[in-house]
Amino acid sequence: MFYRETGQFKTSYAADMQIFPIRQDRIALWVVLAFAFIGIPLLDGLQVWPFGGEYMLRAILIPFLILSLAAIGLNILTGYCGQLSLGSGAFMAIGAYSAYKFGTGVDISFGLFDLSIPPLSVLPSILLGGLMAAIIGILFGIPSLRIKGLYLAVATLAAQFFFDWVFIRVKWFTNYTSSGSVVAPDLNFFGYVVNAPIERYLLCLVFVTIFALLAKNLVRGNIGRQWMATRDMDIAAELMGIRPLYAKLSAFAISSFIMGVAGALWAFVYLGAWEPLAFSIDRSFQILFMVIIGGLGSILGSFLGAAFILVLPIALDQVPHALGMPISVETVSLLVFVITGALICWLLIVEPRGFARLWLTGKEKLRLWPYPY
Amino acid sequence: MILFGQFLEVLVSGLLAGVLYSLVALGFVLIFKASGVFNFAQGAMVLLAGLALVRSLDMMVANGLPFWAAIMLALLFAALVMAITAFMVERFVLGPLINQDGLTLFMSTIGVTFIIEGGAQMLFGSDVYPLRLFPSDAWFLFEDSFPGGILVSKIDVWGGLIAAVLVVGLALFFQKTKTGRALRAVADDHAAAQSVGISLNWIWFIVWLVAGLVALVAATVWGTKLGVQFSITFLALKALPVLIIGGFTSVPGAIVGGLIVGAGEKLAEAYLGPFIGGGIEYWFAYVLALVVLMARPQGLFGERIIERI
Repeated sequence: MFYRETGQFKTSYAADMQIFPIRQDRIALWVVLAFAFIGIPLLDGLQVWPFGGEYMLRAILIPFLILSLAAIGLNILTGYCGQLSLGSGAFMAIGAYSAYKFGTGVDISFGLFDLSIPPLSVLPSILLGGLMAAIIGILFGIPSLRIKGLYLAVATLAAQFFFDWVFIRVKWFTNYTSSGSVVAPDLNFFGYVVNAPIERYLLCLVFVTIFALLAKNLVRGNIGRQWMATRDMDIAAELMGIRPLYAKLSAFAISSFIMGVAGALWAFVYLGAWEPLAFSIDRSFQILFMVIIGGLGSILGSFLGAAFILVLPIALDQVPHALGMPISVETVSLLVFVITGALICWLLIVEPRGFARLWLTGKEKLRLWPYPY
Repeated sequence: MILFGQFLEVLVSGLLAGVLYSLVALGFVLIFKASGVFNFAQGAMVLLAGLALVRSLDMMVANGLPFWAAIMLALLFAALVMAITAFMVERFVLGPLINQDGLTLFMSTIGVTFIIEGGAQMLFGSDVYPLRLFPSDAWFLFEDSFPGGILVSKIDVWGGLIAAVLVVGLALFFQKTKTGRALRAVADDHAAAQSVGISLNWIWFIVWLVAGLVALVAATVWGTKLGVQFSITFLALKALPVLIIGGFTSVPGAIVGGLIVGAGEKLAEAYLGPFIGGGIEYWFAYVLALVVLMARPQGLFGERIIERI
């Protein structure tokens, strides 16, 4: 009744091409953004439950935002371009460690000349971290020109295990700390040091908003259509004049860049101090599950999947506790395994496009409601 | 002479360890050949089989059964568990996903992996359980030709023997029995096999059952070597590069690939490791697979991949 585009006439091309063609969608988006940018800081300042205190921000909202960003990155590669990757953790790690090295100064001696870069401030470090991840992503994407599907999954697995090892064994990356764990530099943005949880939250929010908007625009433009054609049938796409080299490698580059930035944020903003285990293969699977559950080929799905995967263990821990039947921590973690696995199988059978598709179906229903036709 | 002795020792231990990779890779190949499903859950199935075996064995021994009877019963119990798993997977996951593309099926087996990993540990516990089926000491061979001889661990030799028996058994099963021929028919062409009256659902159940039994065999050897524990699933992941190198559709390829990976990573660790920081066993197999992928995507023994629109 309320969700209907009747009477919304497009009078210019710009109006016809906008991201959200239906006015109600635009309003909803502005409401969500306003709540995220203004509402949550206000509620946090006023100490309204559940936003008061640090728990909500530190344990749920900040990881949610960063992992959504990583999921968007993987979704571009797997959901839009159809290249399955089990190496997201590695690309996040590359982003994190490169950002760390740029943030603390790089010093390489090539024998004849020395390359030394003074410590950069946080913003360029994070972006350069993403850039490094993009370069490595292109390198590991080259096999995708010859192989695909399962074979490529093994190639990305190679990236995962190789970089796990690199960041444990090559001490240069950790600035020779004895324990192998490193501490992020201060989050100094143009003289302003981001420290309180709410500031960290807003910082992540800015990053995620910008990148989500960029990604949304990319996937509906020329390059996004090339990715989707390659995903649906690569040979047919090639015959239509889409260069697989360009389409696949650009997907690898952009996806790795976003994952690298997400990794740098995860390390700098969420963890603060971290060791290589933070980006192990478990992280890769976690992000892959977010994408599958949320919806392959959907930016909204990345957020839904991230929210679900993050909230599931917390809910399994808290709800039985509130009902007076607490489950042990170990059972919870195993139960998370079983539920996630079962949900993936169920979604692949019933709704292969994940939660995002369910959301769209709901919207379609809402357009017709209350009349059936 | 000492150097050559060392080399032989590393090579032999590598080859024998490679046999263990082959054991897991075999399970992958069987399922891939018969149903075109790339079964990511094989490692989890090894864990499940191992846990079912070791836990029931411990319980029966604790209740006073003689060891040999307990082993028999425990093996039967574990086989039953694998049969139930095969039935459930076929009935509830792969059956409804008939005719979907390979990537979807692959992702569904990742889901199955997590269900099995979580479920197995909830049912049987999640500690490290030692399993003692085979002697765990070692032989010293050729002590007169090399100083100190060559150290060969008995478990590895047992593993090699078992793998040989298994391969012969599987070959006979595929070549001589009616079910085996039906399996090969399904592998060749689903639709044609269906049209001559072969039930796909039954065949897929059989395939998953056979893969489950192969996983059980792998679990007996690996469980004795390392103890039955969660990290077995990660070792099983190494079967993936083995498959890439050997080719997805070839049983001999799985064996040869396993040997190459096993020997390669041990030799690399022993001779390359000291120069670049050690621990390269962790990724060597994968990078080797990456190189093979670049040069020969179908693997050493795989069928050439031909695509049509």
